[in-house]
Amino acid sequence: MANFILNGEPVNVEADPTMPILWVVREKIGLSGTKFGCGIAQCGACTVHLDGQPVRSCSTPVSEAEGRQVTTIEGIAGPEGELSAVQQAWISEQVPQCGYCQSGQIMAVTALLRDNPNPSDDDIDAAMSGNICRCGTYNRIRRAIKVAAGSLEPRSEEA
Amino acid sequence: MNDMTPEKKQRSSLAKWSRRGFIGAGVLAGGGLLIGIGVRPGNPIAALAPKVAPGDDEFLVNSWVKIDMDNVVTAIVPHCEMGQGVHSVLAQMLAEELDADWNKVRVMQAPTDGSYVVTDTARMFVAPFTVNAADWLEPTWNGLFTQLAKFADAMITGGSSSIITTGQHSMRVAGAAARKMLVGAAADSWNVPPSEIVTRDSMLLHPASGKSAPYSAFATAAADQPMDQTPQLKTAEQYNLIGKSKARTDIPSKVNGTAQFGLDAAPEGVELKYAASMRAPVPGTEVVSMDSEQAEALPGVIKVLNMGNFVTVVADSYWHAQQALYTVQVEWSASESPVKTMDDQYKVFADALDKAGADGGDKMASKGDFASAFANAATTLEAEYRVPYLAHAPMEPINCTAQVKDGRCDIWTSTQVPLMARSAVSDALDLSVDDITIHHPYLGGAFGRRLEAEYVTMAARIAENVGEPVKLIWSREEDTQKAIYRPADLSRLRAGFDDTGAMVAWDNSFTQRLDPADAPVPAFYSIPNTSVRHVAAEAHLPTAAWRSVDHSQQGYFIESFIDEAAHAAGKDPIEYRLAMLGNAPRHKAVLEKVAEMSNWSGERAEGTGMGVAIVESFGSIIAEVVEVDMSEGSPKIVRCWAACDAGYVVNPDGFKNQIEGGIVYGLTAAMFGELELSDGAIVQSNFHDYKMLRMNDAPEIEVAIINSGDVPVGGAGEPGLPPAAPALTNAIFAATGNRLRSLPIAKQFA
Repeated sequence: MANFILNGEPVNVEADPTMPILWVVREKIGLSGTKFGCGIAQCGACTVHLDGQPVRSCSTPVSEAEGRQVTTIEGIAGPEGELSAVQQAWISEQVPQCGYCQSGQIMAVTALLRDNPNPSDDDIDAAMSGNICRCGTYNRIRRAIKVAAGSLEPRSEEA
Repeated sequence: MNDMTPEKKQRSSLAKWSRRGFIGAGVLAGGGLLIGIGVRPGNPIAALAPKVAPGDDEFLVNSWVKIDMDNVVTAIVPHCEMGQGVHSVLAQMLAEELDADWNKVRVMQAPTDGSYVVTDTARMFVAPFTVNAADWLEPTWNGLFTQLAKFADAMITGGSSSIITTGQHSMRVAGAAARKMLVGAAADSWNVPPSEIVTRDSMLLHPASGKSAPYSAFATAAADQPMDQTPQLKTAEQYNLIGKSKARTDIPSKVNGTAQFGLDAAPEGVELKYAASMRAPVPGTEVVSMDSEQAEALPGVIKVLNMGNFVTVVADSYWHAQQALYTVQVEWSASESPVKTMDDQYKVFADALDKAGADGGDKMASKGDFASAFANAATTLEAEYRVPYLAHAPMEPINCTAQVKDGRCDIWTSTQVPLMARSAVSDALDLSVDDITIHHPYLGGAFGRRLEAEYVTMAARIAENVGEPVKLIWSREEDTQKAIYRPADLSRLRAGFDDTGAMVAWDNSFTQRLDPADAPVPAFYSIPNTSVRHVAAEAHLPTAAWRSVDHSQQGYFIESFIDEAAHAAGKDPIEYRLAMLGNAPRHKAVLEKVAEMSNWSGERAEGTGMGVAIVESFGSIIAEVVEVDMSEGSPKIVRCWAACDAGYVVNPDGFKNQIEGGIVYGLTAAMFGELELSDGAIVQSNFHDYKMLRMNDAPEIEVAIINSGDVPVGGAGEPGLPPAAPALTNAIFAATGNRLRSLPIAKQFA
């Protein structure tokens, strides 16, 4: 049995303790926003927060989460579903292409901005270089981070 | 206003459709034609209609658009959404001509049905010259291509073609025709001339009388109106939506985890089992024997199967399946391929080119007399270039969910070719295509990888074998090592110059060729004598379309060698190219634009260099400049500028996003992309050794759009890629004098 707090709700699920959090959340609990990309903590698509810290859920056994807080992409909007500043910036800057890596990107940025509300380009490089975007949206991710941080104005649709 | 009950509306609308043969008109109008087949006696329109208009209060106006009782316009889009934004942009084109209220436009993925074959896309693949032919509405051509497309299962998304084929020829035509029918219906009802009716924001207005009504009020009656087979489309000055950076409709679901990709398939009421698979490490080999004793004893394992060309573990979870698979011992048959290493592969290519000599091979293009011009040239230049095999590596690993039950098969998967996948399953399971349903949600990237359907048949076969619904997931390692690849190749280039340094002769010979046929031809440069030769040589790995296909290697070969020629002549690389573009004003314009954007002629910092390249692909002309900083000894890509002419860009921000992505994809391949072979098997396995450009390596990219016309003539998904690699290597040459004639780059500075 695995017991942890998922997006604020206690969960209690039958799972092999060696199974990574990724697969427990996706297959046992049915939350599919967290993505499988590489399985070896190289791409960041599976990023979730464990007690607020970004971790690679594909390589973190669920036993590590015992009694702790796990937050996934489904858990970062407000109680009424209102989007976080990061999510809003992702829309205003039209960041995603295929969108597959973006749950992980948003989770990494959410942690970055909480600890560092006004990151420099170097800070962004350091925090975000573990997340691959195969569609190549890095410029937009950088801009959206700055929009979410309030240091850039959002883009206008008619531009 | 309409006073019919919903039941009556639905019935009456369908009855009229089948009675009127409306769809004969559709047959003449690109996408409409596909539906059109449906209306004639015995056609599947009756079967199709419930799939796209299932609600009682909805009815079809034509098959590419439906309007419901809330005045919501739904564009039914036959292409898959894999990140290129095609769902939104096609809806934008439809809504433009329909004068629809953009806030009330929805997009629906067309069902996987033969009636949605992407005729125009097939046409582009098969006979590109006919796509923009003045008589493209001519029924013989369309009838022929419809049959051809149906035959070839061409419900395809690829070739950067969706906007210029489906968008221009189906969505806009359908929107304009539907608008005209709505106007006609309102004019009849209000007893006013159609010319006095104005349409705006999904409303019909008659200013003289003050009458107005939403489209929905006349949607039923519109079906009685004749369909104009060649409706007048708007001109650029009339555009309200085309040319605007409207926000994409799929993005909100991609920021909160709700977007559904193939991997997320969770069919209602179905309890899935999970499968991990292992294919042969060397292409063409098969399972000789398998020892699965240890795997079968592991937790969660249901079955271990020898499927002949692969083995698979089916378990209660993917984790258990994959863990067990690691313990399965497989003996594979011996490979007959002489290629064990990449040196062997390049030798196969070199031997073929040696054998073909100065003139052999299949002449893909020929102009003037290369041999004598080269023999009589004042100076000559020769070089050999090489590129490695590349994997597509889309972020969403390859996967497919299959259920085989009661003589039917349901498939949930990310695919660029749903109809081909359906046929492949039909062959594999010996089922009729009518008993197979392909559900295809968003694709987590594709880049050509999902033009193949081998994983779909694998999942179907596993599901049939175990008698349970199964989700098959390939590990990243499997997709890196056992998939399909961008070809490796060698190119030998020769050029001759007159005594002023002008290029008078050009010859390019190479061994790998997929598509498109114009990729290796330096067509826009005014070189009087050219020869382009394909010399066939066996590729050890299975090759397939990879973003921009042959342009990815040919752009590098051609634009590197042009750069060599410029430097050999002592000319500025942009000036040199401009001098060869006398007959190509659009090409000149993008080069001049990118020179201006990048401040090409300005001062450069010590240790930095700028390189340029221009490639026309998939109808778009793109010039790129890359700035590289070599001061640390290894390349740091600082910035990239791109100037693009695609005719007319429908959604500028979406277009720019695609170009930015193409550049990053191209620079990733140029810097890091390489698959090596050991004993015939691929060495690289995952992102630690098949490296990607990341945030800290990605340059700042600036994209400029030149609208040289008033309709889109070029694509967006692929054309950003081909100039990226040569612009980078040309920049490295400018900074260091080091000409890189092979890729990837990074390891040459390690």
